[in-house]
Amino acid sequence: MLLNLITPELGLIVWQLIVFLLLLFVLGKFAWKPIMNALKEREKSIEEALASAEKAKAEMAKISADNEKLLQQARAEKDEILKKAQQTARELVDEAKESAKKEADKIISEARNLIESERKAFVADMKKEVAKLSLQVAERILRKELSNDENQKILAEKLINEISAN
Amino acid sequence: MRKLANFLFVFFLLFPFFTFAQQEEKEFNAGDLILHHIADSHEWHFATIGKTHLTIPLPIILYTDKGLDIFMSSEFHHAEKREITNEKGEKEHQLVLKRPNGNTYIMSHERIFLEGGGTLYDFSITKNVASLLLSAILLIVVFLSVAKSYKKNTGKAPKGLQSFLEPIIVFIRDDIAKPNIGEKYERFMPYLLTVFFFIWFNNLLGLMPGGANVTGNIAVTMTLALLTLIITLFSSNKYYWQHIFNTPGVPWWLKFLVPIMPIVEIIGIFTKPFSLMVRLFANITAGHIIILSLLSLIFLFKSYAVAPVSVAFAVVMNMLELFVAILQAYVFTLLSAMYFGGAVEEHHHEHHNEKHEVHQA
Repeated sequence: MLLNLITPELGLIVWQLIVFLLLLFVLGKFAWKPIMNALKEREKSIEEALASAEKAKAEMAKISADNEKLLQQARAEKDEILKKAQQTARELVDEAKESAKKEADKIISEARNLIESERKAFVADMKKEVAKLSLQVAERILRKELSNDENQKILAEKLINEISAN
Repeated sequence: MRKLANFLFVFFLLFPFFTFAQQEEKEFNAGDLILHHIADSHEWHFATIGKTHLTIPLPIILYTDKGLDIFMSSEFHHAEKREITNEKGEKEHQLVLKRPNGNTYIMSHERIFLEGGGTLYDFSITKNVASLLLSAILLIVVFLSVAKSYKKNTGKAPKGLQSFLEPIIVFIRDDIAKPNIGEKYERFMPYLLTVFFFIWFNNLLGLMPGGANVTGNIAVTMTLALLTLIITLFSSNKYYWQHIFNTPGVPWWLKFLVPIMPIVEIIGIFTKPFSLMVRLFANITAGHIIILSLLSLIFLFKSYAVAPVSVAFAVVMNMLELFVAILQAYVFTLLSAMYFGGAVEEHHHEHHNEKHEVHQA
Protein backbone atom coordinates (compact mmCIF):
# COMPACT_ATOMS: atom_id res chain seq x y z
CA MET A 1 0.00 0.00 0.00
CA LEU A 2 2.89 2.34 0.78
CA LEU A 3 4.33 1.45 -2.59
CA ASN A 4 1.03 2.48 -4.17
CA LEU A 5 1.59 5.94 -2.77
CA ILE A 6 4.78 6.53 -4.76
CA THR A 7 3.69 4.70 -7.91
CA PRO A 8 2.07 7.14 -10.33
CA GLU A 9 -1.16 5.82 -11.84
CA LEU A 10 -1.55 6.10 -15.59
CA GLY A 11 -5.23 7.07 -15.37
CA LEU A 12 -4.58 9.98 -13.08
CA ILE A 13 -1.64 11.14 -15.21
CA VAL A 14 -3.86 11.16 -18.28
CA TRP A 15 -6.69 13.01 -16.51
CA GLN A 16 -4.27 15.48 -14.92
CA LEU A 17 -2.68 16.14 -18.31
CA ILE A 18 -6.07 16.68 -19.98
CA VAL A 19 -7.48 18.84 -17.17
CA PHE A 20 -4.34 20.91 -16.75
CA LEU A 21 -3.81 21.54 -20.46
CA LEU A 22 -7.46 22.46 -20.85
CA LEU A 23 -7.15 24.77 -17.86
CA LEU A 24 -3.99 26.28 -19.34
CA PHE A 25 -5.78 26.90 -22.62
CA VAL A 26 -9.02 28.29 -21.16
CA LEU A 27 -7.38 30.44 -18.51
CA GLY A 28 -4.62 31.51 -20.89
CA LYS A 29 -7.09 32.69 -23.47
CA PHE A 30 -9.94 34.04 -21.37
CA ALA A 31 -8.30 35.00 -18.08
CA TRP A 32 -4.55 35.59 -18.18
CA LYS A 33 -4.51 37.39 -21.50
CA PRO A 34 -7.16 40.01 -20.64
CA ILE A 35 -5.86 40.32 -17.06
CA MET A 36 -2.23 40.81 -18.09
CA ASN A 37 -3.26 43.23 -20.82
CA ALA A 38 -5.46 45.21 -18.42
CA LEU A 39 -2.66 45.34 -15.86
CA LYS A 40 -0.17 46.47 -18.45
CA GLU A 41 -2.54 49.06 -19.80
CA ARG A 42 -3.31 50.40 -16.35
CA GLU A 43 0.37 50.56 -15.46
CA LYS A 44 1.04 52.36 -18.70
CA SER A 45 -1.73 54.87 -18.09
CA ILE A 46 -0.52 55.47 -14.52
CA GLU A 47 3.01 55.91 -15.76
CA GLU A 48 1.84 58.32 -18.41
CA ALA A 49 -0.26 60.25 -15.91
CA LEU A 50 2.71 60.52 -13.59
CA ALA A 51 4.98 61.57 -16.42
CA SER A 52 2.53 64.20 -17.60
CA ALA A 53 2.10 65.46 -14.04
CA GLU A 54 5.86 65.73 -13.77
CA LYS A 55 5.94 67.54 -17.08
CA ALA A 56 3.18 69.91 -15.98
CA LYS A 57 5.07 70.57 -12.77
CA ALA A 58 8.24 71.34 -14.68
CA GLU A 59 6.28 73.57 -17.03
CA MET A 60 4.70 75.38 -14.11
CA ALA A 61 8.12 75.89 -12.58
CA LYS A 62 9.40 77.15 -15.91
CA ILE A 63 6.44 79.50 -16.27
CA SER A 64 6.87 80.91 -12.80
CA ALA A 65 10.58 81.29 -13.42
CA ASP A 66 9.76 83.07 -16.66
CA ASN A 67 7.31 85.27 -14.83
CA GLU A 68 9.90 86.14 -12.25
CA LYS A 69 12.36 86.93 -15.00
CA LEU A 70 9.83 89.08 -16.80
CA LEU A 71 8.97 90.88 -13.60
CA GLN A 72 12.61 91.55 -12.92
CA GLN A 73 13.09 92.75 -16.46
CA ALA A 74 10.07 95.01 -16.14
CA ARG A 75 11.36 96.35 -12.86
CA ALA A 76 14.77 97.01 -14.35
CA GLU A 77 13.17 98.70 -17.34
CA LYS A 78 11.02 100.83 -15.09
CA ASP A 79 14.08 101.91 -13.11
CA GLU A 80 15.90 102.68 -16.33
CA ILE A 81 13.00 104.72 -17.67
CA LEU A 82 12.64 106.61 -14.43
CA LYS A 83 16.32 107.32 -14.35
CA LYS A 84 16.27 108.52 -17.92
CA ALA A 85 13.21 110.67 -17.29
CA GLN A 86 14.82 112.23 -14.29
CA GLN A 87 17.94 112.93 -16.24
CA THR A 88 15.98 114.39 -19.12
CA ALA A 89 14.00 116.56 -16.76
CA ARG A 90 17.15 117.77 -15.14
CA GLU A 91 18.68 118.50 -18.51
CA LEU A 92 15.58 120.32 -19.61
CA VAL A 93 15.54 122.47 -16.49
CA ASP A 94 19.22 123.20 -16.87
CA GLU A 95 18.78 124.11 -20.48
CA ALA A 96 15.81 126.32 -19.66
CA LYS A 97 17.78 128.01 -16.93
CA GLU A 98 20.68 128.52 -19.22
CA SER A 99 18.64 129.93 -22.00
CA ALA A 100 16.70 132.14 -19.58
CA LYS A 101 19.92 133.44 -18.18
CA LYS A 102 21.25 134.08 -21.64
CA GLU A 103 18.08 135.88 -22.62
CA ALA A 104 18.15 137.91 -19.44
CA ASP A 105 21.78 138.82 -19.98
CA LYS A 106 21.01 139.77 -23.54
CA ILE A 107 18.09 141.91 -22.46
CA ILE A 108 20.13 143.54 -19.73
CA SER A 109 23.03 144.28 -22.01
CA GLU A 110 20.71 145.64 -24.66
CA ALA A 111 19.05 147.80 -22.04
CA ARG A 112 22.43 148.96 -20.86
CA ASN A 113 23.48 149.80 -24.40
CA LEU A 114 20.24 151.69 -24.93
CA ILE A 115 20.69 153.56 -21.67
CA GLU A 116 24.25 154.40 -22.64
CA SER A 117 23.34 155.67 -26.07
CA GLU A 118 20.42 157.59 -24.65
CA ARG A 119 22.63 159.09 -22.05
CA LYS A 120 25.19 159.95 -24.71
CA ALA A 121 22.56 161.58 -26.86
CA PHE A 122 21.21 163.43 -23.82
CA VAL A 123 24.66 164.62 -22.86
CA ALA A 124 25.29 165.73 -26.44
CA ASP A 125 21.96 167.63 -26.49
CA MET A 126 22.75 169.16 -23.12
CA LYS A 127 26.13 170.25 -24.39
CA LYS A 128 24.57 171.82 -27.44
CA GLU A 129 21.93 173.57 -25.30
CA VAL A 130 24.56 174.73 -22.75
CA ALA A 131 26.76 175.99 -25.57
CA LYS A 132 23.82 177.84 -27.13
CA LEU A 133 22.84 179.32 -23.76
CA SER A 134 26.41 180.17 -22.99
CA LEU A 135 26.76 181.94 -26.33
CA GLN A 136 23.59 183.89 -25.69
CA VAL A 137 24.81 184.80 -22.17
CA ALA A 138 28.23 185.68 -23.50
CA GLU A 139 26.72 187.79 -26.31
CA ARG A 140 24.57 189.72 -23.82
CA ILE A 141 27.50 190.21 -21.41
CA LEU A 142 29.81 191.17 -24.21
CA ARG A 143 27.27 193.52 -25.57
CA LYS A 144 26.98 195.18 -22.22
CA GLU A 145 30.75 195.19 -21.40
CA LEU A 146 31.91 196.27 -24.75
CA SER A 147 29.65 199.20 -24.98
CA ASN A 148 32.67 201.44 -24.25
CA ASP A 149 36.24 201.23 -25.49
CA GLU A 150 37.89 201.07 -22.22
CA ASN A 151 36.23 197.95 -21.27
CA GLN A 152 37.01 196.49 -24.63
CA LYS A 153 40.67 197.08 -24.11
CA ILE A 154 40.84 195.67 -20.56
CA LEU A 155 39.07 192.53 -21.66
CA ALA A 156 41.35 192.05 -24.64
CA GLU A 157 44.35 192.30 -22.38
CA LYS A 158 42.91 190.01 -19.85
CA LEU A 159 42.15 187.42 -22.51
CA ILE A 160 45.58 187.74 -23.95
CA ASN A 161 47.00 187.18 -20.46
CA GLU A 162 44.93 184.24 -19.88
CA ILE A 163 45.88 182.70 -23.18
CA SER A 164 49.52 183.44 -22.69
CA ALA A 165 49.33 182.04 -19.17
CA ASN A 166 48.03 178.86 -20.58
CA MET B 1 -24.22 33.79 1.63
CA ARG B 2 -25.43 33.01 -1.88
CA LYS B 3 -22.41 30.80 -2.44
CA LEU B 4 -23.15 28.84 0.73
CA ALA B 5 -26.74 28.43 -0.45
CA ASN B 6 -25.44 27.16 -3.79
CA PHE B 7 -23.18 24.70 -2.02
CA LEU B 8 -26.04 23.38 0.11
CA PHE B 9 -28.20 23.11 -2.97
CA VAL B 10 -25.59 21.02 -4.75
CA PHE B 11 -25.05 18.97 -1.60
CA PHE B 12 -28.74 18.06 -1.31
CA LEU B 13 -28.97 17.50 -5.04
CA LEU B 14 -26.23 14.92 -4.64
CA PHE B 15 -27.74 13.53 -1.44
CA PRO B 16 -29.75 10.76 -3.09
CA PHE B 17 -26.52 9.50 -4.63
CA PHE B 18 -24.86 9.09 -1.27
CA THR B 19 -24.72 5.46 -0.37
CA PHE B 20 -25.03 4.22 3.13
CA ALA B 21 -23.17 0.95 3.16
CA GLN B 22 -22.91 -1.03 6.33
CA GLN B 23 -19.66 -2.42 7.61
CA GLU B 24 -18.68 -4.50 10.62
CA GLU B 25 -16.35 -2.97 13.23
CA LYS B 26 -12.63 -3.59 12.91
CA GLU B 27 -9.61 -3.02 15.13
CA PHE B 28 -8.42 0.62 14.70
CA ASN B 29 -5.24 0.85 12.63
CA ALA B 30 -3.78 4.35 12.36
CA GLY B 31 -1.44 3.43 9.50
CA ASP B 32 -4.25 2.03 7.37
CA LEU B 33 -6.48 5.01 8.15
CA ILE B 34 -3.82 7.54 7.18
CA LEU B 35 -2.81 5.72 4.02
CA HIS B 36 -6.44 5.34 3.08
CA HIS B 37 -6.96 9.10 3.52
CA ILE B 38 -4.00 10.25 1.51
CA ALA B 39 -4.37 7.66 -1.25
CA ASP B 40 -6.61 7.95 -4.27
CA SER B 41 -9.95 6.14 -4.20
CA HIS B 42 -12.61 5.02 -6.62
CA GLU B 43 -15.36 6.56 -4.51
CA TRP B 44 -15.59 9.79 -2.52
CA HIS B 45 -15.87 8.85 1.11
CA PHE B 46 -16.88 11.72 3.42
CA ALA B 47 -17.61 10.21 6.79
CA THR B 48 -18.67 7.11 8.64
CA ILE B 49 -21.49 7.68 11.08
CA GLY B 50 -21.89 4.69 13.31
CA LYS B 51 -21.65 1.84 10.82
CA THR B 52 -22.93 3.91 7.90
CA HIS B 53 -20.55 5.24 5.26
CA LEU B 54 -21.39 8.59 3.68
CA THR B 55 -19.99 8.13 0.18
CA ILE B 56 -20.44 9.55 -3.31
CA PRO B 57 -19.98 6.79 -5.89
CA LEU B 58 -17.85 7.78 -8.87
CA PRO B 59 -17.75 6.41 -12.41
CA ILE B 60 -15.25 3.67 -13.10
CA ILE B 61 -13.86 3.65 -16.63
CA LEU B 62 -11.85 0.57 -17.56
CA TYR B 63 -10.25 -0.29 -20.86
CA THR B 64 -9.43 -3.91 -21.56
CA ASP B 65 -9.12 -6.00 -24.73
CA LYS B 66 -12.93 -6.22 -24.57
CA GLY B 67 -13.21 -2.47 -24.96
CA LEU B 68 -14.41 0.22 -22.61
CA ASP B 69 -16.34 -0.76 -19.51
CA ILE B 70 -18.02 2.07 -17.65
CA PHE B 71 -19.97 1.61 -14.42
CA MET B 72 -20.42 3.26 -11.02
CA SER B 73 -18.13 2.41 -8.13
CA SER B 74 -21.17 1.51 -6.05
CA GLU B 75 -21.25 -1.76 -8.03
CA PHE B 76 -18.36 -2.87 -5.88
CA HIS B 77 -20.60 -2.74 -2.81
CA HIS B 78 -22.23 -5.87 -4.16
CA ALA B 79 -18.91 -7.48 -5.00
CA GLU B 80 -17.71 -10.67 -3.40
CA LYS B 81 -15.22 -10.08 -0.57
CA ARG B 82 -12.30 -12.40 -0.05
CA GLU B 83 -9.16 -12.43 2.02
CA ILE B 84 -5.94 -13.75 0.58
CA THR B 85 -2.40 -14.01 1.81
CA ASN B 86 0.04 -12.33 -0.58
CA GLU B 87 3.64 -13.29 -1.39
CA LYS B 88 4.91 -11.38 1.61
CA GLY B 89 2.68 -13.36 3.92
CA GLU B 90 0.42 -10.39 4.66
CA LYS B 91 -3.35 -10.69 4.69
CA GLU B 92 -5.02 -8.72 1.94
CA HIS B 93 -8.68 -7.87 1.35
CA GLN B 94 -9.91 -8.10 -2.19
CA LEU B 95 -13.19 -7.29 -3.90
CA VAL B 96 -14.13 -9.48 -6.83
CA LEU B 97 -16.66 -8.12 -9.30
CA LYS B 98 -18.09 -10.05 -12.25
CA ARG B 99 -19.29 -7.84 -15.09
CA PRO B 100 -21.83 -8.63 -17.80
CA ASN B 101 -19.14 -8.32 -20.49
CA GLY B 102 -17.43 -11.35 -18.99
CA ASN B 103 -14.59 -9.57 -17.26
CA THR B 104 -13.90 -10.21 -13.60
CA TYR B 105 -12.24 -7.30 -11.82
CA ILE B 106 -10.31 -7.55 -8.60
CA MET B 107 -9.97 -4.42 -6.47
CA SER B 108 -7.13 -4.52 -4.02
CA HIS B 109 -6.02 -1.39 -2.15
CA GLU B 110 -7.99 0.74 -4.61
CA ARG B 111 -6.17 -0.69 -7.62
CA ILE B 112 -8.20 -2.67 -10.13
CA PHE B 113 -6.81 -5.73 -11.90
CA LEU B 114 -8.18 -8.31 -14.28
CA GLU B 115 -8.60 -11.73 -12.74
CA GLY B 116 -6.03 -14.05 -14.21
CA GLY B 117 -3.89 -11.13 -15.42
CA GLY B 118 -4.16 -9.29 -18.73
CA THR B 119 -3.88 -5.65 -19.70
CA LEU B 120 -6.26 -3.22 -18.06
CA TYR B 121 -6.12 0.53 -18.23
CA ASP B 122 -7.95 2.35 -15.44
CA PHE B 123 -9.21 5.77 -16.55
CA SER B 124 -11.76 6.02 -13.74
CA ILE B 125 -13.01 9.29 -12.43
CA THR B 126 -11.43 8.66 -9.08
CA LYS B 127 -11.72 10.93 -6.05
CA ASN B 128 -8.60 12.80 -7.22
CA VAL B 129 -9.89 13.19 -10.76
CA ALA B 130 -13.25 14.41 -9.48
CA SER B 131 -11.49 16.89 -7.21
CA LEU B 132 -9.27 17.88 -10.12
CA LEU B 133 -12.34 18.63 -12.24
CA LEU B 134 -13.95 20.56 -9.40
CA SER B 135 -10.81 22.64 -8.90
CA ALA B 136 -10.61 23.28 -12.65
CA ILE B 137 -14.21 24.53 -12.66
CA LEU B 138 -13.49 26.63 -9.58
CA LEU B 139 -10.37 28.12 -11.18
CA ILE B 140 -12.20 28.89 -14.40
CA VAL B 141 -15.14 30.49 -12.57
CA VAL B 142 -12.88 32.55 -10.31
CA PHE B 143 -10.48 33.81 -12.95
CA LEU B 144 -13.01 34.38 -15.67
CA SER B 145 -14.97 36.53 -13.22
CA VAL B 146 -11.75 38.35 -12.32
CA ALA B 147 -11.03 38.88 -16.01
CA LYS B 148 -14.56 40.21 -16.40
CA SER B 149 -14.06 42.70 -13.59
CA TYR B 150 -10.96 43.96 -15.39
CA LYS B 151 -13.10 44.63 -18.42
CA LYS B 152 -15.78 46.27 -16.29
CA ASN B 153 -13.43 48.34 -14.13
CA THR B 154 -11.13 49.47 -16.94
CA GLY B 155 -9.02 52.34 -15.67
CA LYS B 156 -10.55 52.05 -12.20
CA ALA B 157 -9.28 50.61 -8.94
CA PRO B 158 -9.71 46.83 -8.58
CA LYS B 159 -12.67 45.59 -6.57
CA GLY B 160 -13.53 42.52 -4.49
CA LEU B 161 -11.96 39.24 -5.61
CA GLN B 162 -10.03 41.15 -8.25
CA SER B 163 -8.26 43.27 -5.64
CA PHE B 164 -7.45 40.15 -3.60
CA LEU B 165 -5.93 38.22 -6.50
CA GLU B 166 -4.29 41.11 -8.34
CA PRO B 167 -1.34 41.48 -5.93
CA ILE B 168 -0.65 37.75 -6.29
CA ILE B 169 -0.78 37.93 -10.09
CA VAL B 170 1.47 41.00 -10.06
CA PHE B 171 3.80 39.27 -7.60
CA ILE B 172 4.14 36.27 -9.93
CA ARG B 173 4.87 38.61 -12.81
CA ASP B 174 7.20 41.08 -11.10
CA ASP B 175 8.93 38.96 -8.47
CA ILE B 176 8.95 35.48 -9.98
CA ALA B 177 8.87 35.77 -13.78
CA LYS B 178 10.68 39.04 -14.50
CA PRO B 179 13.80 38.61 -12.32
CA ASN B 180 14.25 34.90 -13.11
CA ILE B 181 13.38 34.74 -16.79
CA GLY B 182 14.28 38.21 -18.00
CA GLU B 183 12.91 39.94 -21.06
CA LYS B 184 11.18 36.86 -22.48
CA TYR B 185 9.06 36.35 -19.36
CA GLU B 186 5.78 37.15 -21.07
CA ARG B 187 5.41 33.89 -23.00
CA PHE B 188 5.79 31.86 -19.77
CA MET B 189 3.25 33.87 -17.80
CA PRO B 190 0.18 31.73 -18.66
CA TYR B 191 1.93 28.56 -17.50
CA LEU B 192 3.37 30.12 -14.34
CA LEU B 193 0.04 31.66 -13.35
CA THR B 194 -1.90 28.49 -14.10
CA VAL B 195 0.54 26.26 -12.24
CA PHE B 196 0.64 28.60 -9.23
CA PHE B 197 -3.11 28.88 -8.84
CA PHE B 198 -3.68 25.22 -9.71
CA ILE B 199 -1.33 24.08 -6.96
CA TRP B 200 -2.56 26.64 -4.46
CA PHE B 201 -6.25 25.94 -5.01
CA ASN B 202 -5.76 22.18 -4.93
CA ASN B 203 -3.63 22.42 -1.78
CA LEU B 204 -6.41 24.36 -0.10
CA LEU B 205 -9.12 22.00 -1.38
CA GLY B 206 -7.06 19.13 0.00
CA LEU B 207 -7.17 20.71 3.45
CA MET B 208 -10.97 20.83 3.41
CA PRO B 209 -12.75 18.12 5.35
CA GLY B 210 -13.38 15.28 2.94
CA GLY B 211 -11.10 16.87 0.38
CA ALA B 212 -8.94 14.82 -1.95
CA ASN B 213 -5.16 14.78 -1.69
CA VAL B 214 -4.57 15.88 -5.29
CA THR B 215 -1.29 17.78 -5.00
CA GLY B 216 -0.01 15.08 -2.64
CA ASN B 217 -0.38 12.51 -5.38
CA ILE B 218 2.75 11.54 -7.24
CA ALA B 219 0.95 11.23 -10.61
CA VAL B 220 -0.25 14.84 -10.41
CA THR B 221 3.09 16.30 -9.32
CA MET B 222 4.88 14.18 -11.91
CA THR B 223 2.68 15.53 -14.68
CA LEU B 224 3.31 19.10 -13.56
CA ALA B 225 7.06 18.50 -13.29
CA LEU B 226 7.10 16.89 -16.74
CA LEU B 227 5.30 19.90 -18.21
CA THR B 228 7.94 22.18 -16.69
CA LEU B 229 10.66 19.94 -18.17
CA ILE B 230 9.01 19.89 -21.61
CA ILE B 231 8.56 23.67 -21.65
CA THR B 232 12.17 24.13 -20.51
CA LEU B 233 13.52 21.89 -23.27
CA PHE B 234 11.33 23.37 -25.99
CA SER B 235 12.23 26.95 -25.14
CA SER B 236 15.96 26.27 -24.67
CA ASN B 237 18.42 28.16 -26.83
CA LYS B 238 21.90 27.15 -27.98
CA TYR B 239 23.55 28.65 -24.89
CA TYR B 240 21.55 26.27 -22.69
CA TRP B 241 22.95 23.28 -24.55
CA GLN B 242 26.36 24.84 -24.78
CA HIS B 243 26.30 25.17 -21.02
CA ILE B 244 25.52 21.47 -20.74
CA PHE B 245 27.98 20.03 -23.25
CA ASN B 246 30.68 22.68 -23.03
CA THR B 247 30.35 24.00 -19.52
CA PRO B 248 32.34 27.21 -19.19
CA GLY B 249 35.02 27.41 -16.54
CA VAL B 250 35.68 23.64 -16.53
CA PRO B 251 38.99 22.09 -17.69
CA TRP B 252 38.68 20.72 -21.25
CA TRP B 253 39.63 17.15 -20.32
CA LEU B 254 36.64 16.98 -17.93
CA LYS B 255 34.41 17.80 -20.89
CA PHE B 256 35.83 15.70 -23.71
CA LEU B 257 38.43 13.23 -22.48
CA VAL B 258 36.57 12.23 -19.31
CA PRO B 259 33.11 13.68 -19.93
CA ILE B 260 32.05 13.93 -16.30
CA MET B 261 30.66 17.43 -16.58
CA PRO B 262 28.30 16.77 -19.53
CA ILE B 263 27.04 13.64 -17.78
CA VAL B 264 26.41 15.55 -14.56
CA GLU B 265 24.68 18.32 -16.49
CA ILE B 266 22.49 15.88 -18.44
CA ILE B 267 21.49 14.17 -15.17
CA GLY B 268 20.79 17.68 -13.88
CA ILE B 269 18.19 18.24 -16.61
CA PHE B 270 16.12 15.45 -15.11
CA THR B 271 16.88 15.87 -11.42
CA LYS B 272 15.46 19.40 -11.50
CA PRO B 273 11.90 18.36 -12.42
CA PHE B 274 12.31 15.23 -10.29
CA SER B 275 12.94 17.44 -7.27
CA LEU B 276 9.87 19.50 -8.20
CA MET B 277 7.78 16.35 -8.29
CA VAL B 278 9.04 14.96 -4.98
CA ARG B 279 9.03 18.29 -3.13
CA LEU B 280 5.39 19.08 -3.79
CA PHE B 281 4.25 15.48 -3.25
CA ALA B 282 6.20 15.04 -0.01
CA ASN B 283 5.30 18.40 1.49
CA ILE B 284 1.58 18.03 0.97
CA THR B 285 1.43 14.36 1.87
CA ALA B 286 3.54 14.91 4.99
CA GLY B 287 1.20 17.68 6.14
CA HIS B 288 -1.80 15.41 5.73
CA ILE B 289 -0.04 12.55 7.53
CA ILE B 290 0.89 14.78 10.49
CA ILE B 291 -2.66 16.08 10.95
CA LEU B 292 -4.15 12.61 10.59
CA SER B 293 -1.59 11.17 13.01
CA LEU B 294 -2.41 13.78 15.61
CA LEU B 295 -6.09 12.98 15.33
CA SER B 296 -5.41 9.23 15.32
CA LEU B 297 -3.79 9.61 18.74
CA ILE B 298 -7.25 10.10 20.22
CA PHE B 299 -8.34 6.70 18.92
CA LEU B 300 -5.05 5.00 19.75
CA PHE B 301 -5.23 6.11 23.37
CA LYS B 302 -9.00 5.55 23.43
CA SER B 303 -9.28 8.54 25.76
CA TYR B 304 -11.21 11.78 25.58
CA ALA B 305 -8.45 13.48 27.59
CA VAL B 306 -6.12 13.28 24.60
CA ALA B 307 -8.65 14.96 22.34
CA PRO B 308 -8.08 18.63 23.36
CA VAL B 309 -4.31 18.30 22.98
CA SER B 310 -4.61 16.48 19.66
CA VAL B 311 -7.15 18.94 18.34
CA ALA B 312 -5.07 21.94 19.45
CA PHE B 313 -2.00 20.54 17.70
CA ALA B 314 -4.04 19.63 14.63
CA VAL B 315 -5.42 23.18 14.46
CA VAL B 316 -1.90 24.62 14.65
CA MET B 317 -0.76 22.15 11.99
CA ASN B 318 -3.70 23.09 9.82
CA MET B 319 -2.72 26.75 10.04
CA LEU B 320 0.82 25.81 9.09
CA GLU B 321 -0.58 23.79 6.19
CA LEU B 322 -2.52 26.83 5.00
CA PHE B 323 0.83 28.60 4.77
CA VAL B 324 2.53 25.57 3.19
CA ALA B 325 -0.28 25.49 0.60
CA ILE B 326 0.74 28.86 -0.83
CA LEU B 327 4.44 28.38 -0.07
CA GLN B 328 4.67 25.19 -2.14
CA ALA B 329 2.73 26.82 -4.97
CA TYR B 330 5.26 29.67 -4.81
CA VAL B 331 8.27 27.33 -4.70
CA PHE B 332 7.06 25.26 -7.65
CA THR B 333 6.36 28.39 -9.69
CA LEU B 334 9.62 30.06 -8.70
CA LEU B 335 11.75 27.02 -9.56
CA SER B 336 9.91 26.52 -12.85
CA ALA B 337 10.59 30.17 -13.67
CA MET B 338 14.28 29.70 -12.81
CA TYR B 339 14.53 26.66 -15.11
CA PHE B 340 12.84 28.60 -17.92
CA GLY B 341 15.20 31.48 -17.22
CA GLY B 342 18.17 29.13 -17.58
CA ALA B 343 16.79 27.85 -20.86
CA VAL B 344 16.28 31.24 -22.50
CA GLU B 345 19.22 33.06 -20.96
CA GLU B 346 21.46 34.81 -23.45
CA HIS B 347 25.18 34.23 -23.43
CA HIS B 348 27.01 36.00 -20.60
CA HIS B 349 29.48 33.39 -19.44
CA GLU B 350 32.59 34.25 -21.42
CA HIS B 351 32.74 37.65 -19.90
CA HIS B 352 32.59 36.26 -16.38
CA ASN B 353 35.25 33.67 -17.14
CA GLU B 354 37.67 36.22 -18.46
CA LYS B 355 37.29 38.08 -15.23
CA HIS B 356 37.85 34.92 -13.21
CA GLU B 357 40.95 34.05 -15.15
CA VAL B 358 42.36 37.49 -14.60
CA HIS B 359 41.75 37.13 -10.89
CA GLN B 360 43.35 33.71 -10.79
CA ALA B 361 46.36 34.84 -12.75
